Amino acid sequence: MGRLVIRDLTQSFKKDSGPELVALDHISLDVDDKEFVCILGPSGCGKTTLLRLIAGLDTARSGSVKLDGEEMRGPSPKIGLVFQEYSLFPWRNVMDNIAFGLEMQKKPRAERYRIAEQYLKLVGLTQFATSYPSELSGGMRQRVAVARALALDPVLLLMDEPFGALDAQTRNMLQKELLEIWEKTRKTIVFITHSVDEAVYLADRIIVLTPRPGRICKIVSIDLPRPRNRTNVEFAQVRRDILDLISSNCSVQ
Amino acid sequence: MRTSEEKKNNRWLGVSALLLALIIWEIAAAVIVRNSFILPSPPDVLIAFIDLLEKGRLLLDFEVSMVHFVIGLGAALVVGIPIGIAMGWSHRFDAFLDPVVEILRPIPPLAWIPFAIIWFGLTAYSAGFVIFIGAIFPIIINTYSGFRGVPRIFVEAGRMLGCTKSRDLIRHVAFPAALPSIAAGIRIATGVGWMCLVAAELFGVSNNGLGMALWFYYDLHQMDCVVVYMLLLGIIGLAFDMIFRYYMDRHFLKWQTGEVA
Repeated sequence: MGRLVIRDLTQSFKKDSGPELVALDHISLDVDDKEFVCILGPSGCGKTTLLRLIAGLDTARSGSVKLDGEEMRGPSPKIGLVFQEYSLFPWRNVMDNIAFGLEMQKKPRAERYRIAEQYLKLVGLTQFATSYPSELSGGMRQRVAVARALALDPVLLLMDEPFGALDAQTRNMLQKELLEIWEKTRKTIVFITHSVDEAVYLADRIIVLTPRPGRICKIVSIDLPRPRNRTNVEFAQVRRDILDLISSNCSVQ
Repeated sequence: MRTSEEKKNNRWLGVSALLLALIIWEIAAAVIVRNSFILPSPPDVLIAFIDLLEKGRLLLDFEVSMVHFVIGLGAALVVGIPIGIAMGWSHRFDAFLDPVVEILRPIPPLAWIPFAIIWFGLTAYSAGFVIFIGAIFPIIINTYSGFRGVPRIFVEAGRMLGCTKSRDLIRHVAFPAALPSIAAGIRIATGVGWMCLVAAELFGVSNNGLGMALWFYYDLHQMDCVVVYMLLLGIIGLAFDMIFRYYMDRHFLKWQTGEVA
């Protein structure tokens, strides 16, 4: 199971001088089990703030995050996170990066490696097991990061613009691979992006956020069958609608 | 990228510089100064070296110095790394200890010699103490700055993967991330500690030791023997540095190769 219920989540930051900065304003959102949701918004709209609250890395001013009915306070093994930046441990090789979480759970070595190998295979990097992150390309590093997050078998996978720093071709390839992984593992995924194209390609539903303070502007269901074709007319239409929505600052509903 | 051919050529350049220095030394000693008390020549030094080796004195001096050095550096590691970790991990501990460290740090290690004698007497421990004072601050400072420089994202990634206790985060995330900086600190500490060795043995904690012997032969006006000990101190210090670097790079910092050329 992986049903996420967010209620009235509000986050604000106090600066030394000036008024309190509201980053998120009463966000309420339900994400179904096994659903793929993209959170879309311009930079500075509080996307990452929202994700960090769900992950339990920060504490909200008010509101609640519940996963399968259980209130989340602090990081939990039920939630995996793939960071935007380069977050692999450079002193561990690929295999030991993926096995890190299992090691923290004090799983015996043989079992850790067996599980890690399975996820290494899932992301197609079996022959790089003993490579160090510095020896990998950007795309491979993010594949390892996905495998590392999945190795603890979380019910919810959070992804914070994981492909943002990659070139367009690698990015498209990883999007396709991610959908395949999602089909195989059936996780609930909450994926943050500022790319309309990426969101339309990946998501079951797109949550469009308004610029500061972050509020939910609109929730768009994407009913196009997968695999989706970016050059398709319907695809282009959905993309255009969302772009219009964003450029009008959500004034047209 | 430097090719192996170029590397080889550069090595020959280094060797020829050493030979040139030796020749200049020989000319200066044998032609210009012509007084082995003021400047012993390379052959004088070589003969003195063989003589000292045959007497069995050199090995004993080396062993005694190693005891002093290991006591000092060992204590500096055991005390310095935990202090550096605590200061780097906890802002409160940093605020608490920083003034003390900053006041003690500029005091030259040799200024501690009187108290070394009073506290530890004329024993190996008092020589070790002076070396300890010289070595501990680079270790504290580098461990501290290594911990301060641990990217937040590594700690957060660790927390997301179930590494939530401070102790585990330090052990599995922050310490390995800070290791390059800690290793650099130990290298500096090894150098400073080694430099303190001569002075630490000067006040007569033992009858042997490389530093002690250097002063002993100075008193006997056997300057060729003094040069032997000077060169030995230099070469052994260099060897320590090379062994340490090789060992760290090979066993603990393998992951860094390729990131920094």
